[in-house]
Amino acid sequence: MSQINDFAFKMGTVNGTGSASANSLLMQAIFRMGIPVTGKNIFPSNIQGLPTWYEIRVSKDGYTARPPEIDLMVAINPATYKKDVACVRAGGYLMYDSSWPMPEELQRDDITILGVPFGTMCVETFERDRDRTLLRNIAYAGALAALLEIDMDVVHEMLNEKFGKKKALLDLNFTAIRLGYDYAKANFECPLPFHLKRMDQTSGHILMDGNTACGLGAVFAGATVGAWYPITPSTSLMEAFKAFCEEYRVDKATGLNNYCIIQAEDELSAAGIAIGANWAGARAFTNTSGPGISLMQEFIGLAYFTEIPCVIFDVQRVGPATGMPTRTQQGDLFSLAYASHGDTKHIVLFPANPEDAFYLSITAFDLADRFQTPVFVATDLDIGMNDWMVKRLQWDDTRAWDRGKVLNAEELEKVKSFSRYLDVDGDGIAARTLPGVGAKGAYFVRGSGHNKHGAYTEDSAEYQEVLDRLALKFHTAASVVPAPEFFVQPDAEIGIVSIGGCHAAVLEAVDRLKDQGIVADYMRIKAFPFCDDVQEFLVKHPVTFVVEQNRDAQLRAMLAIETGVARDRMTAVLDYGGEPLTARGVVSAVITHLEGATV
Amino acid sequence: MTSIAKPPVRHPGLTKNALGLTKRDYEGAMSTLCAGCGHDSVTAALVQAFWESDCPPHRAAKMSGIGCSSKTTAYFMKHSHGFNSVHGRMPSVTSGANAANRDLMYIGISGDGDSLSIGLGQMSHAIRRNVRMLYMLENNGVYGLTKGQFSAASDIGSTSKKGEANVQPPIDPCLLALTLGATFVARSFSGDKDQLVPIIKAGLAHNGFALVDVISPCVSFNDHEGSTKSYKYTRAHEVELTSSDFVPLRREITTPNADTEMTAVTMHDGSTVRFRKTHEGYDPTNREQAWLHVRECQKRGEVATGILYIEEGGKDMHALAKTVETPLVDLPYSVLCPGSKALDALMEEYR
Repeated sequence: MSQINDFAFKMGTVNGTGSASANSLLMQAIFRMGIPVTGKNIFPSNIQGLPTWYEIRVSKDGYTARPPEIDLMVAINPATYKKDVACVRAGGYLMYDSSWPMPEELQRDDITILGVPFGTMCVETFERDRDRTLLRNIAYAGALAALLEIDMDVVHEMLNEKFGKKKALLDLNFTAIRLGYDYAKANFECPLPFHLKRMDQTSGHILMDGNTACGLGAVFAGATVGAWYPITPSTSLMEAFKAFCEEYRVDKATGLNNYCIIQAEDELSAAGIAIGANWAGARAFTNTSGPGISLMQEFIGLAYFTEIPCVIFDVQRVGPATGMPTRTQQGDLFSLAYASHGDTKHIVLFPANPEDAFYLSITAFDLADRFQTPVFVATDLDIGMNDWMVKRLQWDDTRAWDRGKVLNAEELEKVKSFSRYLDVDGDGIAARTLPGVGAKGAYFVRGSGHNKHGAYTEDSAEYQEVLDRLALKFHTAASVVPAPEFFVQPDAEIGIVSIGGCHAAVLEAVDRLKDQGIVADYMRIKAFPFCDDVQEFLVKHPVTFVVEQNRDAQLRAMLAIETGVARDRMTAVLDYGGEPLTARGVVSAVITHLEGATV
Repeated sequence: MTSIAKPPVRHPGLTKNALGLTKRDYEGAMSTLCAGCGHDSVTAALVQAFWESDCPPHRAAKMSGIGCSSKTTAYFMKHSHGFNSVHGRMPSVTSGANAANRDLMYIGISGDGDSLSIGLGQMSHAIRRNVRMLYMLENNGVYGLTKGQFSAASDIGSTSKKGEANVQPPIDPCLLALTLGATFVARSFSGDKDQLVPIIKAGLAHNGFALVDVISPCVSFNDHEGSTKSYKYTRAHEVELTSSDFVPLRREITTPNADTEMTAVTMHDGSTVRFRKTHEGYDPTNREQAWLHVRECQKRGEVATGILYIEEGGKDMHALAKTVETPLVDLPYSVLCPGSKALDALMEEYR
């Protein structure tokens, strides 16, 4: 069977030994050959020493989900040999470092084992210990280049871009890549049955991770204040924001910053800073992960009740508690949608990939200002930290920001009097003023009970009036937030619903199901609250599967609560082990259920 | 209730400040605190100080957390925006507001529970960040709203209304602030308006975080015999380490003080804090000496008051972050959004 441009390979290495740069070199080289490619980093919560893996999937059809199976395993870390040899498909290959005798655990009759003495070659070739360790990775990249027919010109071009200014380093890398390449050419039948061939399927695309996209989105949205507390897997989002600000937001005349980033003492403070800055009129945000969301709950309720915009990025990781900080999950749906004590509900946006994350980040700032409320952008570690092949990001220069109802000094002059929480337009949204605008616009923000004028109250009717208007505002939001994305087919028998980072795998699963004669309509939820179309889809599909990455079927529960469709009418397809979803998992869950139902 | 408006009594004879405003224009809603509460005196001192400082009320923002003291932001300057936030979290909200709009005057009102227990971290880090704000810590050594529990400011041996003695050591906000690198540290007493008003004015002029710890007795739960935060105890044990005047920029200093070497400190805005007298050669520009002195007083059961430490010329949050002079909130979208050309160019780096 020909497997040109349609296979996956995986590297098993030791964290902190420099394999990341070799892996991204490989991925980028394939991308530059015009072939669709995806990389998934499965890494430990550790700086050095624990096992780490990197999966690269090549897909001529453009599938970007985690690969269904591994064709070639590069086993560099003896500590994980057993696991690594087991993950190869029957008929596949495993390459290991044959500097040492082959351990028994690598034996498997149904795969081909390729030994390359990377360690020995590096020791013989390089003098410094550090080079011997780091360049071993470049050497295996060289061997892969030979086995998979990665264009060496592209590899050279990339090394030149990276090390061009450092001649000595460049030479070392060239030498290392040749070590692996030449050894493979001389000792194995190259290329392997599955290999690469130039295509033209990546023009108009980029390789970007979601945290970079969100950080960039915040810059394009006009955010000026970023507050945060470092937490995996969210840290690189603020680092990206900072890097882009340094590029685009330094005043040329003075060299001073048109932004202010505050690394707070904890997530509570980060939320407080973001809320305070929004109250004062800046676009401000904070970024965190599940544990941070837990800490921010009180402030989220304050912003909801006092109606202060605030964008909060949640790059979800595996919970509960500390959980698995470097693994992915969608376990925060409840704690975002209904965050904080009392009756609260929040707008949550669910990007499916970095491209989506860029645009939805910008939407989030507009929605926060328009509805004067916290808005969450819920990504996950897989979206946030892995490089995805997505369409080039584009910007329309006519696009303006939507600051919502903010009365400036002139407009204040025209109104008879100003009451902070008075619903003049009947949409549940009252106009706000910014501090400093003038005495007429002054009001007092209080998290305690207040009436529509913003004054303190303990009167039931006055209090309920405010609470009911907040509900109306949320109802208004349902028709304004991004609608679901529908993928419908004629004669579909089943419906599939999914969210966020599951999207790529579900799209692929829909195709694989069709191969097996199961035609599915698919609805990808992009935002909470759900618009009417969501309920319609559920009603229309008596057999519906809800695919999500958590144990408790949180999305399914939310669909039931918010649409009134019975929970048990929807079948939960769950994956919560912490690794990115595969289409294979979805397909088998659907088929198993359908077979069970017909028996 | 703060929603009840004060009766609009006209006092045509009231003196006007440079803005043509009377003290009435700096007042707020009716206080709902207990009669005789120290906090109401602090509120009155704030009104006096703002009026005397010719501060346009709408250019000030009143920030607070939760507690009796935090409620008082509603009781002064009704023409200012106010923000009664979350317990112990006013410093972060103020940090954010200041980051967004550096041109406003920020007045944080807090208490010993809000600042020294639940909000100890937030206060400490706002000090480290050197957020430009006046931070009034209305310190009564007790939880008033929940009816009389000890606070972290309660002294060892100080008794509750029910007679129980406190056993845990107190946190002295002034000693803490000195340790954390605060650039303006003062203590006063709600019953000493003559001392408090100039301190508030100096704090407002300070280019950074200005802590004013005000002993402000709780008449309902901590003003009895045995309490070290009562009116009686404070009056008997107050030791004024420095006595100062605040001289705004526009007024000329006419009578330099010849008593001590250090007579005046020029503030960031050109105004002056003039020390009329200092206690036994006390130097409020020497952090280490200040700490030792205040600590000695504390050990003797004395309440050290006055501007305890002042350091002008330090960098506030914005100077440290190298933020533009224009408030970020005033930057137009055209300046903030890099635009399509920049994005197109950037995309080449992701191939």
